[in-house]
Amino acid sequence: MPEGRKIKVLVCKPGLDGHDRGAKVLARALRDAGMEVIYTGIHNTPEDIVNTVIQEDPDVVMLSMLSGAHNALCPVIMEKLKENGINDVLVAVGGIIPDEDKPFLEKHGLKGFHGPGTELKTIIEFVKNNLKR
Amino acid sequence: MDYSDLIERLLNNEPRAAARLITIVENDITAAEEIINSIYKYTGNAYILGVTGAPGSGKSTFISTLTKILVEQGKKLGIICVDPTSPLTGGALLGDRIRMKEHFTLNNLFIRSMANRGQLGGLARATEDVIKILDVYGCDIVIVETVGVGQSEVDIFKSAQTVAVLLQPEVGDDIQAIKAGIMEITDIFVVNKMDLPGTDRKVAEISQMLELESSFKYDSNDFSKEFTKIRKWTPEIVKVNSKTGENFDIFLEIVDHHKKFLKETGIIESYEKNRIKNETLQILKHKLAKKVEKLISSNSEIEKYINLVMDKSLDPYSMANLIIKLLGIE
Repeated sequence: MPEGRKIKVLVCKPGLDGHDRGAKVLARALRDAGMEVIYTGIHNTPEDIVNTVIQEDPDVVMLSMLSGAHNALCPVIMEKLKENGINDVLVAVGGIIPDEDKPFLEKHGLKGFHGPGTELKTIIEFVKNNLKR
Repeated sequence: MDYSDLIERLLNNEPRAAARLITIVENDITAAEEIINSIYKYTGNAYILGVTGAPGSGKSTFISTLTKILVEQGKKLGIICVDPTSPLTGGALLGDRIRMKEHFTLNNLFIRSMANRGQLGGLARATEDVIKILDVYGCDIVIVETVGVGQSEVDIFKSAQTVAVLLQPEVGDDIQAIKAGIMEITDIFVVNKMDLPGTDRKVAEISQMLELESSFKYDSNDFSKEFTKIRKWTPEIVKVNSKTGENFDIFLEIVDHHKKFLKETGIIESYEKNRIKNETLQILKHKLAKKVEKLISSNSEIEKYINLVMDKSLDPYSMANLIIKLLGIE
């Protein structure tokens, strides 16, 4: 890491899910850990997210999902990232992700799976230890 | 490092290359030097519009509406949104993008959020470099949104050709309007949220301030004539509604008018010269500061000087002069 480099994180809420308290708490915690955090608001489509990744060039994308649509949306996001040649970004999903869905999501390259009750410092450590560049 | 591949891709208008180069110039000033060195000859095509104003005056929403209109006109747009870095943790929360959500998928648009990383003045250190990258990327217009400013964060006028300042009704009084700083660097005053009461009062306050300014300005080259007005741009005032897009056509007309004015009066040339002077000065300050820091931490003479200052046989000003001598740039 060159001097002056900051970890840049994109916090997104994909799909029709308006419950963003968790995303805001997370954004704030990552900010306080010295990272540059972009929060894109609610109701993002996979296209929105991938376009933002292209333009902002973050190190990490954190998807906050409480709607149950993770199995439908996450693979689409991963596929579109791949189509655009983006393979050095850590993509994590958290929120309400049932255990039985994790292997499927892992197979598509997603990480994290932090649910309610996770300590914020656990997530901060996770981000710092799993950067892909 | 070799950036020729990325630069090649930037010249082919590839957004990912632009994004990666921006990350590099933000993080590494040595790399920035190398990159700007190779792309500088391709710059100079984009028109740079600065948008500034107090927090909550509606800068992002205003830019969002403006973007929609300009993109529909077929313009390629670059937007740089600067937000503040926490002085305590070094982190930042960049939220301007939320209000520009509508345009995420458009091809003719490149939005980039930047943290100011502690730089005063309303912009980030690398903002000038990012403007150049977006210029080479093929943007017709680059809009720079400053951090929410108070009264004296005026760096934007050194980077932008046209500066629009957003104001809102019922905030501030007429004394705020004649203070120095922001109000002096403005080309276009935009009174946003024109649907709120107090809009016309705000417009009146600004126009009174502008009248004061024009009647008391005199040409400093010719003191014999009293109060000769310098041929210069008189700022225009426009009230708009960023939610409905009302009066944006008038705003864009004024921008065009200002653009023509700069060209016809030849002011654009002196503006360019000043910009180059200013930017170079910034770079020199940065480089010299690094040199001085290095000297102070490594030169044994310095320790002697410090002791002399402690004994009161030398004062800090004289010590600074001695250090300038050591640097050999007297």
